[in-house]
Amino acid sequence: MSVGHHRSYTPWLFLLPGLAVVITFSLVPFVNMLVLAFTNATALGGGRFTGFANFQRMLDDPKFWVALRNSSLYLVCIVPPLVVLPLLIALLVQKKLPGITFFRTAFFTPVIASAVVVGLIWTWLLDSQGLVNTVLRALGWVSRPVPFLTDEWLLLFSAMLVTVWKGLGYYMIIYLAALGNVPADLHEAAQVDGAGPIRRFFAVTVPALRPTMVLVAALSAVNGFRVFSEIYLLSGGSGGPGGADTSLVMLIQQTGTGLTGNVGYASALSLVLFVITLGLLLITLRLNRREEAL
Amino acid sequence: MKRVARYALLLLVLAITIGPFLWQLSTSLKGAGEDVYAPVFVPSDPTLANYAGVADAVPVWTFALNSLLVAVVNVVTNCVGASMAGYALARLRFRGRRLAALVFASGILVPFEVILISLFLVMRSFDLTNTLTAVVLPGAIGALNVLLMRNAFLALQPEVEEAAVIDGANAWQRFWRIAVPSARGTILVVALFSFMFSWDDFLWPLVVLSDPDKYTLTIGLAYLQGTFFQNQRLVAAGTIIAVAPLIVLFISLQKHFFRGVGEGAIKG
Repeated sequence: MSVGHHRSYTPWLFLLPGLAVVITFSLVPFVNMLVLAFTNATALGGGRFTGFANFQRMLDDPKFWVALRNSSLYLVCIVPPLVVLPLLIALLVQKKLPGITFFRTAFFTPVIASAVVVGLIWTWLLDSQGLVNTVLRALGWVSRPVPFLTDEWLLLFSAMLVTVWKGLGYYMIIYLAALGNVPADLHEAAQVDGAGPIRRFFAVTVPALRPTMVLVAALSAVNGFRVFSEIYLLSGGSGGPGGADTSLVMLIQQTGTGLTGNVGYASALSLVLFVITLGLLLITLRLNRREEAL
Repeated sequence: MKRVARYALLLLVLAITIGPFLWQLSTSLKGAGEDVYAPVFVPSDPTLANYAGVADAVPVWTFALNSLLVAVVNVVTNCVGASMAGYALARLRFRGRRLAALVFASGILVPFEVILISLFLVMRSFDLTNTLTAVVLPGAIGALNVLLMRNAFLALQPEVEEAAVIDGANAWQRFWRIAVPSARGTILVVALFSFMFSWDDFLWPLVVLSDPDKYTLTIGLAYLQGTFFQNQRLVAAGTIIAVAPLIVLFISLQKHFFRGVGEGAIKG
């Protein structure tokens, strides 16, 4: 609904700052990235058109395959816990009990802390002499410290643990909003039919929340594939032993920055990152449409 | 009985989500004479010495000031810029409105990591690398915030504004006196999330800043960890300094944080 009269340029004055920022610092760099991906530009500038040479190089680059594997594995491993656990927590805090606001607030705290704070907290907890290892040893479950931060695979899984831990509260709130929209009479009807809480969860709650679960899966998948901070911090910036835990975003950062930065190749890697994240979004949209059709 | 089980589960989740923060706080308060590796939560002789110590090791208050500066500027530019653009998209009729909306929508579709390298080149062409200005600019007016504000203005009743038109108010007066006060709930959400994203941002300042005296808290902390890794007490004190302001902000305004997640998630 538009109201009133105004001079023809007035709307553009309102839009000018926003458009200037989004175009200069988002769209122009994006187009620039598309062009640079097909050149051999370096950090010092210049660069000639080299066709698909960067992509050719990627196919033979073991670092690229390791990074792609790590980012993909990250996505695959964090999505199921981030779809299920926050839903269970949301069910736990849904009922209005004394003190429930305190619990909701507390569960959300890891979301507001920065990835760096969270990364440093867990680096300390998972240290070879850290609290987790001390407790595991005191319980007699392990005899030697578990190398959470120095083993190639354990480091990757530790980073995933941190991502899941930090995301619980965020997706809990999304589920809480959706749970509020599940019709109460459905639950009552199921209860009258003699369905227990677990039965009702699968027969009423899960079907009603399916679109939200798809949304949570999509958000966590895209975020998981773009992982950077958690791996960077837990590995102290190195990307794990011999760089074995480098993610795709870490590889882009390492390749494209600094005086020896290979801007052309880093842009080609960025293009791959973009195509995959866009693909994930399109898959989600499709899944959602199929849900609506059912 | 059922209620007891529910509270037991709540306490378990509480220990998992809050425990790590408390352990960090506890470590930061332990003196040099106490064993930080021992699994003891309550410091035997609590001390603030580590907070003074971290300031001796790195210019942590400069980092905090840089972070605060970047975050406050981000809040102001986002609230003003996104409200203005959102208002034009929602309330003004003009040729090119769809195109403008499309520009903001495509801004949302471009993940930051994808343009990281070429954004650095843009900043270099403006001669802005290694400045706090460069840290602020890319997120100064978020496309998502513009769309949030547009939706907020669309939800307002147009009648009040129509009355103002009859009274001779121009577009700017209607925006400033009627639309903005009515949409202040969403503006507060935009302000909170702009502050949080800016305060917590890591990758971009890491790439664009190189001098330690320009560092924001997040990269300052990563630097502290890299240099003083052996001294867990100092690193712990640094993390508490970085997270405490946000926790205070969050506790006092948590309702709006939750509202923001709902609005952002549905649209994002």
